[in-house]
Amino acid sequence: MKRIGVFVCHCGTNIAATVDVEKVAESARHLPHVVFATTYKFMCADPGQKLIADAIREHALNRVVVAACSPHMHERTFRKAVERAGVNPYLMEVANVREQCSWVHRDKPVGTEKAAALVAAAVAKVARNVPLESGKLPVERRALVVGGGIAGIQAALDIAESGYHVTIVEREQSVGGRMAQLDKTFPTLDCSSCILTPKMVDVGHHPMIEICSYSEIESVEGYVGNFEVTIRRKATSVDPDVCTGCGECWNRCPVKKLPSSFNMDLGHRPAIYVDFPQAIPNVPVIDRANCTYYLRDGKCRVCEKVCPTKAIDFTLEDRLVKERFGAIVMATGFQTASLQQYPEWGLGTYPDVVTGLHFERLVSSTGPTEGKIKRPSDGKEPKSVVFVLCAGSRDEARGRSYCSKACCMYSAKQAILLREKIPQAQAHVFYMDIRTAGKDYEEFYMRAKEEYGVNYIRGRVAKVYPEKDHLVVRGEDTLLGRPVAVEADMVVLAAAIEPRADAAALAQKVGISYNRDHFFSEAHPKLRPVESNTGGVFLAGCCQGPKDIPETVAQASAAAAKVVQMFSKDALVSEAQLASVNEAWCIGCFLCQPVCPYKAIQPKEIEERRGRDKIKRTVSSVNTGLCQGCGACAVACPSGAMRLNGFTDEQILAEVDAVCL
Amino acid sequence: MPVNESAAAEAEMMTEAEMTTDGASGAGADAGTGTWEPRIVAFCCNWCSYAGADLAGTSRKQYPANIRIVRVPCSGRINPQYILRAFQRGADGVMVAGCHPGDCHYTTGNYYTRRRFSVVQRFLEYVGLHPDRFSGHWISGSEGEKFVQTAREFTEKVRSLGPNEKMRDVL
Repeated sequence: MKRIGVFVCHCGTNIAATVDVEKVAESARHLPHVVFATTYKFMCADPGQKLIADAIREHALNRVVVAACSPHMHERTFRKAVERAGVNPYLMEVANVREQCSWVHRDKPVGTEKAAALVAAAVAKVARNVPLESGKLPVERRALVVGGGIAGIQAALDIAESGYHVTIVEREQSVGGRMAQLDKTFPTLDCSSCILTPKMVDVGHHPMIEICSYSEIESVEGYVGNFEVTIRRKATSVDPDVCTGCGECWNRCPVKKLPSSFNMDLGHRPAIYVDFPQAIPNVPVIDRANCTYYLRDGKCRVCEKVCPTKAIDFTLEDRLVKERFGAIVMATGFQTASLQQYPEWGLGTYPDVVTGLHFERLVSSTGPTEGKIKRPSDGKEPKSVVFVLCAGSRDEARGRSYCSKACCMYSAKQAILLREKIPQAQAHVFYMDIRTAGKDYEEFYMRAKEEYGVNYIRGRVAKVYPEKDHLVVRGEDTLLGRPVAVEADMVVLAAAIEPRADAAALAQKVGISYNRDHFFSEAHPKLRPVESNTGGVFLAGCCQGPKDIPETVAQASAAAAKVVQMFSKDALVSEAQLASVNEAWCIGCFLCQPVCPYKAIQPKEIEERRGRDKIKRTVSSVNTGLCQGCGACAVACPSGAMRLNGFTDEQILAEVDAVCL
Repeated sequence: MPVNESAAAEAEMMTEAEMTTDGASGAGADAGTGTWEPRIVAFCCNWCSYAGADLAGTSRKQYPANIRIVRVPCSGRINPQYILRAFQRGADGVMVAGCHPGDCHYTTGNYYTRRRFSVVQRFLEYVGLHPDRFSGHWISGSEGEKFVQTAREFTEKVRSLGPNEKMRDVL
């Protein structure tokens, strides 16, 4: 026997001014199954909730409709209120008579009629609601951090410090990421390595952190709290348990002139190498594509001969390791745009046109020039350097509409470093706008201009071309309204920050969404900035969008806090409004499977009685850990076996009928 | 929007629009009386369009009360059956609104919606209902104004088409 109570809120005068609440309650009394209807000034306040609870007891109500503000506002409040009074929380529906009625219509009779219709729809729906229970999901209290840059390092340390095990998967030989490549950091001009390497040592030594470097994510199965991740541990040819990192091998390797990607190909490394001297782990890897042993059928073996601990093992193979994790932090970072669409700037054509990251390696004391700024073509000290901002950013026509955010500041920093190292050199910066939002950032930019005499020219660069032994940068000074040509020994392009080339492919493996630029999407741009749309997967750093180091660190700590929050619970509570299968009706066509964005639908074998026989049949089943309740499957299902609890066909059609009357 | 402007827009809506039916002869029971108001069902996805409609409310923007919103988790949850049912129950127009393509809370739901939009429209045309009685829109949670504009325009459109005589159940 359904006994529905209807509670109409005045919301002070927010609703009552344009909706005759008494009339709405009165019309509700005539609806099927409604045994009680009343109004109250503030239904969400304590006395209002008590009124609902009392009425539930007094009138033996087993379903409730609250006509009030948007369910986005107080659906949870009222669900909890009815639950406390002994009614299943999913036997409560909200009729949105404020945001979608009283506030958008001024005519009281019109508003009242619509409010009554919305209440009728909610009553019709709630009459068809069934009690739902949230499930409990176990949590594997181990976190996976993908990417070992500053974002991954910070997230890993925070999670590990909270007492949970963390695995960092890093593609390169060492953790450290982009920050390890930088020379100094703005706005304090701290040495990047000096603040990063202690953190790298911390993750290297932490008893709760395991670093899987030279490794990649092969596949991700499972769901929030229960991910099963396959990690490809690429063959290093070095036994990490035996190697002491003494360096004999990489010092003696006869193949010496391979481009060092850590140095942006401006320097060299041998075939057996660590990324940089402070590498963590300090265990080298052999680049098999360039090692003589692999190229010439077992020749050379110098590293094997010189290794004092016999750590070299040429026979090692890639290993696929399966591990279980409860949460994943994506911290895969960025790369700088190749700028192939901008041939007029000559990146890749003229050796003295470089990107900001190249310049970092040229200023860094650990770089190929040991910190002496020399231009790549002839090693000459540059006397004039042009920095070009927004190189590939903020250019909708050529594919990137966004601002790369860090470039204004790092270019100011690079100009300062140039002026410090070569005081007689001139620094010119071509810019569209200068964006220095951040603590002490504007002051830093002013210092670059005033103290260091950096010449800022507002305008785009049209062309870079060689002339004698230098380059000419042509552009327009839009403030003076005339073309300018600046002679430069080097041009540094602040190339757009973009996600790693394989970001989209990785996102698909992990099952998270990404935007048109392939940055990973956060669940809500303002209120859930570190969560992805997939439960248990969190985002940190530039893989989510361009940002500088302090922002990255903050986001990484926030992501870690979310992981720790998850791990601190005994079990996860799953949504109740999820899809479920009526197995008797399911014909096993699996049309539901491809439309599910979460891969939550799997085949399941069931035994059925047919006449006197027992037969086996394959039907769909929904993994409630993965299902997020979108309902795509229910629409695809031709037999009506798939239902979305809370939004069943029956419920929605009842609402449609009610609003059409 | 300034108050006088929205009031003017509302006043405009109250004027008698020319009523035409879907080629079916004979006006409906209430169509001839001059008191006919279009009845419009709007299916809104919970995350974008429903929130957009809420924002229209919080911003106190006015739109015709003919629009009745049914909340669904995702526009991809909208079975074309619901749209037909609404027309059968006498709705004069049906509107579907979801997150912008690429912005779906559930990643891909609105891509299915997008394909269904065009199929439903073609189907309605096929059964002889004016295809303009159905419309699909992308309205984000921050587009309260777009919701209002869409609601106004669609109501006017449906008003100009007159009552739905074609698919309404004979009661």
